Amino acid sequence: MTGISVWTVSLVAVIAVVTIGLYGLLILRNLIKIVVALQVLAKGLILVMVTAGGLHGSLAVGSSLAVTVIVADTVVTVIALSLAIQVRRRCGTLDIRGISKLKG
Amino acid sequence: MIVQTLTLAGMLICGVLAVASPRLLISALWLAGCSALLALALANLGATEVAVVELSVGAGLVTVIFVFAISIAGDEPVAYASIVPRPLAWVLMGLFFLLLAGLIVPRLLAPVPGVQPPSILQAIWQVRAIDTLLQVALIFCGVLGSLGLLSEGEISVKAPRAEGDAK
Repeated sequence: MTGISVWTVSLVAVIAVVTIGLYGLLILRNLIKIVVALQVLAKGLILVMVTAGGLHGSLAVGSSLAVTVIVADTVVTVIALSLAIQVRRRCGTLDIRGISKLKG
Repeated sequence: MIVQTLTLAGMLICGVLAVASPRLLISALWLAGCSALLALALANLGATEVAVVELSVGAGLVTVIFVFAISIAGDEPVAYASIVPRPLAWVLMGLFFLLLAGLIVPRLLAPVPGVQPPSILQAIWQVRAIDTLLQVALIFCGVLGSLGLLSEGEISVKAPRAEGDAK
């Protein structure tokens, strides 16, 4: 019963963290802050994989998937921050509205 | 149980402050706190290997990369108005919360027939060996891509030789 309670608490935290990350992705306009929101979203995904693995009795498989998510998320973060630096150099701003070249 | 609840509550608070903080550097530091508390929560759940990786990569390497990027790009404390109206964002988040809770929680709490679980070494190097090799390739691609994007020099394109020069 105690184990189920710990997993349940983890599931509630997962849903809250993923919701916060998605909210940040919706409302933020600074490129680096968007990457931060993406990171918060990924923290929830890492936790849900370990939680799902533990609930189904195969914690190792969930852990290996979580390691994969950590690696892929780190690479995505590095590329996204490099792109943000280049945008700042070429456009002078980190605002996603300021970098639009399309006029309509 | 209490330790896990407090850890996850702290992680939630750090996540909120990372998204809500107007300064980029402070936001990155709150994100590092969120990663460290996530590592503690993972260790409490028994996934110690993932906790070590998360603590070293998520709280260490990623924070260093964030500080490096902010030092180059500059910290813009201006809080831009969001493109999506905030009431609409709140409504969407409420719907998303209910959808996620309704879909995930019943499936995860349902009983599953017991199987012999592999160890984490078997899971990484045997069950998911191809995925592991792809991860290594992904890391190299990420390093090469970031080096290319961070370079400041102009790309020089050689002009094609005239036919007379070749003779």
